[in-house]
Amino acid sequence: MTVESTAARKPRRSSTGSGKRASAKKPAPQKSTEPELIQLLTPEGKRVKDAKNAVYDAYVADITAEELRDLYRDMVLTRRFDAEATALQRQGELGLWASLLGQEAAQIGSGRATRDDDYVFPTYREHGVAWCRGVDPTNLLGMFRGVNNGGWDPNSNNFHLYTIVIGSQTLHATGYAMGVAKDGADSAVIAYFGDGASSQGDVAESFTFSAVYNAPVVFFCQNNQWAISEPTEKQTRVPLYQRAQGYGFPGVRVDGNDVLAVLAVTKWALERARTGEGPALIEAFTYRMGAHTTSDDPTKYRNDDERVAWEAKDPILRLRAYLETEGHADEGFFAELEDESEALGKRVREVVRAMPDPDLMAIFENVYADGHALVDEERAQFAAYQASFADAPAAGEVK
Amino acid sequence: MAVQKLPIAKAINESLRTALENDPKVLIMGEDVGKLGGVFRVTDGLQKDFGEERVIDTPLAESGIVGTAIGLALRGYRPVVEIQFDGFVFPAYDQIVTQLAKMHARALGKIKMPVVIRIPYGGGIGAVEHHSESPETLFAHVAGLKVVSPSNSADAYWMMQQAIQSDDPVIFFEPKRRYWDKGEVDKEAIPGPLHKATVAREGTDLTLAAYGPMVKVCLEAAAAAEEEGKSLEVVDLRSMSPIDFDSVQASVEKTRRLVVVHEAPVFLGTGAEIAARITERCFYHLEAPVLRVGGYHAPYPPARLEEEYLPGLDRVLDAVDRSLAY
Repeated sequence: MTVESTAARKPRRSSTGSGKRASAKKPAPQKSTEPELIQLLTPEGKRVKDAKNAVYDAYVADITAEELRDLYRDMVLTRRFDAEATALQRQGELGLWASLLGQEAAQIGSGRATRDDDYVFPTYREHGVAWCRGVDPTNLLGMFRGVNNGGWDPNSNNFHLYTIVIGSQTLHATGYAMGVAKDGADSAVIAYFGDGASSQGDVAESFTFSAVYNAPVVFFCQNNQWAISEPTEKQTRVPLYQRAQGYGFPGVRVDGNDVLAVLAVTKWALERARTGEGPALIEAFTYRMGAHTTSDDPTKYRNDDERVAWEAKDPILRLRAYLETEGHADEGFFAELEDESEALGKRVREVVRAMPDPDLMAIFENVYADGHALVDEERAQFAAYQASFADAPAAGEVK
Repeated sequence: MAVQKLPIAKAINESLRTALENDPKVLIMGEDVGKLGGVFRVTDGLQKDFGEERVIDTPLAESGIVGTAIGLALRGYRPVVEIQFDGFVFPAYDQIVTQLAKMHARALGKIKMPVVIRIPYGGGIGAVEHHSESPETLFAHVAGLKVVSPSNSADAYWMMQQAIQSDDPVIFFEPKRRYWDKGEVDKEAIPGPLHKATVAREGTDLTLAAYGPMVKVCLEAAAAAEEEGKSLEVVDLRSMSPIDFDSVQASVEKTRRLVVVHEAPVFLGTGAEIAARITERCFYHLEAPVLRVGGYHAPYPPARLEEEYLPGLDRVLDAVDRSLAY
C-alpha cells in the first residue's frame, strides 16, 4: 500500500498523520535469519549432506582428518591469541583490542581457502586470517600497543595492513584485483568487511567497480550481528548476501560458525574469481561474542540470552564434536594442542611487554617516499630540540 | 622538432602520452577520459591509441576511482586519475586523506603510492556551482600528499612527467581557465626539480608570489606596474606542498616586499602560510607586512559574479600600492 492511496482513502487525516500511518504500515524488514545458511556441520557437530549444499560440498569432499585437525588447531590458537591480547589490554599493555571471539570459523575457514599468491585486504579484526597467511600474530599488536600504524610488510604474506576506516579496503582490494586481471595472473583477491561496513558508499562502489571490470575479488562480509551498538537491522532491510544480485554477481550466506562450510564456500568463490567469472559476495553469518573493542560495553545494548543462544553454535566446540565422533583426533592431540596454546600465550605476553617504544625520529620517517622539504625542516628542528635536552648536564653534574 | 608551441591542455595530453609510451604500468583512469577524451579533451586520443586496458573509463564514483587506483598502485601500477572538476573531488577526499596519503607511512615504507590525481581547478570559465573551486589548501595540509600546479605549457608537460615518476601521491591541479593558453614546450629540455619555484619575471621593488592560473594575472600586473615605473618580480611557486620558501625568501630579500596571490579563499590559505614563514625568515628585510589577495570566505559565487570574486589586475595592483605605501 502506498502512502498516496492511504491518504486518499482517509482524506480527513492530516498529512502528518497519514505520514505516520504510512510509516507504521511499511513492510517489516525481512528477518536476517530467514534465508537458509549453507551449513556442512551442525552446531552438534553432525555432518550435513543435502542437495542445497552439494555444489559447495564438492570443495571439501576430499578433506583429510589431518586437515580437519589443522583447522581445529588454527581456531584454538587464534582464540587463545585473542584472549591473551584482550588480557594484555586489561593489564594496560595494549591501548585497545578488537576481539574476534566467536568469529574463528569465519576467519580460519576463509583464510585457509586462500592460496599463497592470493591477496587479502582485512579490516582490523582479521587476526585469524592473518594467522592463516603466516603473519606473526605479535606483529598485529604493534598498532594496538601504539608503537606503529601497521607493523608488517604487506607483500611478505600478501596480507594488507589493517584498515580502520570502515569499508575503505574493499576498493583497494577491487583495484588490486583489476591489476591482477590486467597482469593475466590467475590469483584472486579477498576483501573482508563487516555488516556495518555494508552501509558505506565505498563498499557499494567496490561492488560496482568489481562487477563492471569483472575483477577477481571475493567480498567476505562477516555479519557478526552488531556494528558497535547497532544491530544489522540498522544497516539493511534485506539479507546482506542478496545485495550482490543487484550488482550482477552471486551472493551466498554461509554459516559463519561452521569452518567446513566457510572453507567450502570461499574455495568456490575464489575459484570462480581465478577462472575469470568475476566477483562474489559471501555473507558469513556469525556472532561477535565479545565487545566491539575493549572500549565498548555490550551490556548497554544487548542481552545475555542472545549470547547464550550463540554460544551453543560455537565454532570450536562443533568441530571438536565432529573430530571426536569420527575418531579423527584422540586425547593426545587435544592435550598437545593445549600445551601449544599455553606456549603461544606466553610468547605473546613476552613479546608485547618487550616491544620497544619507537624511536623519536619515527614521527618523520616514511611520510614521503621521495622526501619533502617541510618534513626535512621539521625533522631537523625536532632533532635539535631533543638534542638540547641530551646536551643539558645531568642532575648529578650540576654544581 | 624539440620545441613546440602547445596549449596547456595539449601539453598535458602529450605528457600523458609520453608516460603511457615509456612505462607499461602507467594507467589513465576517470570519468569520460576514454572515448570522449575528458570533458576538457585533456586525454583526447589516448584510449584510441593505448586501448581500454590502459585508458579506463570508470563508473561515476570518485571514491571508487581513487580507491581502486590505490589498489592498482599496490599491485605495481602507476595510475593517473582524473577528477572531472575541482568540486567533485570531495567524495574521494576520504580515500585521498585517510588512505592514499598515509599508506607509505603505515607500511613503514614497504609500499609506495605512485598515484597522480589530476584536478582541473579554479574559476573564470563561467561554469555552474562546484565547477570553479580552488581546494588546494585542503590537500596541502595533509602530510603524505604532494600538491603542484603548473602555470604554463612547459611546466604542464614536464611537471606531469615528474608527478607520474614520483613514488609519492601527487595532487596535480590544472588551471582550467589556462587550458587553451599556448606556450613553448621543449621536450628535450632538462627540467628543474618538481617542487622548485621559478622567477617568472625579474623585478626589484616588490615580489608577487602566485601559482597556476594567477601567475598570468601577476605577470600582467607587473607589466602594468612597469608603466607606472614600478618593478615587480613574479615568483611562480609551482608547488604548494612542499612550498619552496627558499626561492620566495631570496626574492623578498631582494625586493623587501611580498604580495601573495591565489584564487582560493585567503583565510588559512597558501598565502597565510607564506606570510607567516616569510615573516619569520625575513623579518628584518621586510619594509611592509606580507599582503594577500585571494578569494573570500564565501562559497564560490555564481558565474555572473566571479569576476568580482577572482583576483584581477586591479586588486593585485591595489595590494601592490598598499605595500609600497608603508
